[in-house]
Amino acid sequence: MRGNEMFQVRIHGRGGQGVVTAAEMLSVAAFGEGHHAQAFPSFGSERTGAPVVAFCRIDHKTIRLREPIMEPDALIIQDPTLLHQVNVFAGFRHDGYVLINTGRTLAELGLDELLKDCRADHLCTVPATEIGLKHLGRPIPNIALLGGFAAITGLIKLESVIAAINGRFSGKVAEGNIAAATEAYQTVMAEKQAATEGAKNA
Amino acid sequence: MLKQIEGSQAVAQAVALCRPEVICAYPISPQTHIVEALGKTVKEGSLSPCEFINVESEFAAMSVAIGASAAGARAYTATASQGLLFMAEAVYNASGLGLPIVMTVANRAIGAPINIWNDHSDALSQRDSGWLQLFAENNQEAVDLHIQAFRLGEELSMPVMVCMDGFILTHAFERVDIPTQEQVDAYLPSFEPRQVLDPAEPVTIGAMVGPEAFMEVRYLAHARQLQALERIPQLATEFRDVFGRDSCGLAHTYCADDAETMIVAMGSVLGTIKDVVDEMRADGHRIGVLGITSYRPFPLAQVRAALVHCKRFLVLEKSLAVGLGGILATDVRMAVSGSGLRGFTAIAGLGGRPITKASLHQLFRQAEQETLEPVSFLDLDRDAVNKQLERERQTRRSGPIAENMLHDKGIVSAGQFG
Repeated sequence: MRGNEMFQVRIHGRGGQGVVTAAEMLSVAAFGEGHHAQAFPSFGSERTGAPVVAFCRIDHKTIRLREPIMEPDALIIQDPTLLHQVNVFAGFRHDGYVLINTGRTLAELGLDELLKDCRADHLCTVPATEIGLKHLGRPIPNIALLGGFAAITGLIKLESVIAAINGRFSGKVAEGNIAAATEAYQTVMAEKQAATEGAKNA
Repeated sequence: MLKQIEGSQAVAQAVALCRPEVICAYPISPQTHIVEALGKTVKEGSLSPCEFINVESEFAAMSVAIGASAAGARAYTATASQGLLFMAEAVYNASGLGLPIVMTVANRAIGAPINIWNDHSDALSQRDSGWLQLFAENNQEAVDLHIQAFRLGEELSMPVMVCMDGFILTHAFERVDIPTQEQVDAYLPSFEPRQVLDPAEPVTIGAMVGPEAFMEVRYLAHARQLQALERIPQLATEFRDVFGRDSCGLAHTYCADDAETMIVAMGSVLGTIKDVVDEMRADGHRIGVLGITSYRPFPLAQVRAALVHCKRFLVLEKSLAVGLGGILATDVRMAVSGSGLRGFTAIAGLGGRPITKASLHQLFRQAEQETLEPVSFLDLDRDAVNKQLERERQTRRSGPIAENMLHDKGIVSAGQFG
């Protein structure tokens, strides 16, 4: 967390991808580390395939604020097709974090111009749907992305994400999600390290 | 025990700790998660003895609650919006008969146009029903209010609505201290009904009462609400002794001591308001907050005492008396009548319109400068309104208003982000 400031995360995805669950579990992971956290959905049109937004605030003190997150410190984009449909970057500042579920690069997504002022080590892509398929047998990217979020922001530990998974799921679903979160965590850590080294060498 | 938990789950756990014997409900958003969780708890056998009754409508839900309560059972239900309206006749019966049912209202707008999002129109439509109405600011308070509601309602033999903002609280995951069964048992004695349908000692409940006695029966309901004004603070004190935290009471002030401008509100928007007040205080503004927990009974004396030292007040409310203005504001103005205070009303957040810090900063500064209209509408899109009014001037068959508004705003489906 940046000093004593509240940290705000906005998650964009589609109905059926576990957007709301991701925000809830992120709040549980943060709570597990002793933080105050507040997660809530954008309420309403949660139909399969429809654009869905969920929010998570993390702070050192009680969170009283109830407005939607309009200036996110981090964006998790669970479905890259939303980039052309919804203004996912609304209110986003250049010092924030972006994590996108895709096997493609930011340049291939046509985002390098939009994000050119951002810190390279704050931007990551991770093929979370493929990771979900591999470990869970279902194209669910949400929990893998939480592993990625832990890696890119350093705000919460992977262990806290795993604890949140164990609190919500059991048996094979828990095991698969833990494997997915761990793989995404490692993927993003490697990307982040490469970006940091790239910045040093530039 | 501290938990990171959804508001609905927290309330369901709190209600279960109160050992209700009959739970009946009909699902309606945003209340559904509460009764789903309670249904599961009963089915698992962890809440026993308790009968969970699926009913065919909200009217049936309240009717079953009335029957259960009259038979001496602790009865609970939950609803929202049109569901509350659909049970309205039975809502009045529950209070008229003096049956201490506890009901969660997950506050939601009333249609038409159909809207599942939060405002206070539903609960406030029943403000004169005779039910006590308590409003939660956050999910901890929602939990605590339910525990106090059973105690208060049963003591007075009056039903209690616990109102919590739909979605904003019911669907929010946040930190909540869930009490232990021992704490709740220490605070909440078993239900001793004043009247009970018992075959061993037969009575009727619900006699027809003519002009010779109706006024007196009705006055007694009023008298019981006045008793509640005394009991609510006492029960909050007892609650603190058992649970170790201040929760509920009639009303609360924040940064009020030297405030020249006071903001009055109910429910979860108080959190956002307090954040704005902190920021304005840091800039030297003398501004404070009065949060009202008990809307019925309305704490006239406490509201007057909290406001009488300021220069002006603004009532911010998620409800609209169409053709008048504020609903809460009318009661607040009654509390301060004769004081000469300047009062303003802002209608905000209808149908789930987000109430943002940015808009509140602007609104509160206008209140300080007394440049507001007596009744204003926060973030109202005047252009959209004027466009429709102009359409109605131009064309007799101007068409359906809601559809025109969606078309003018370029909205394909309600609730779309961005």
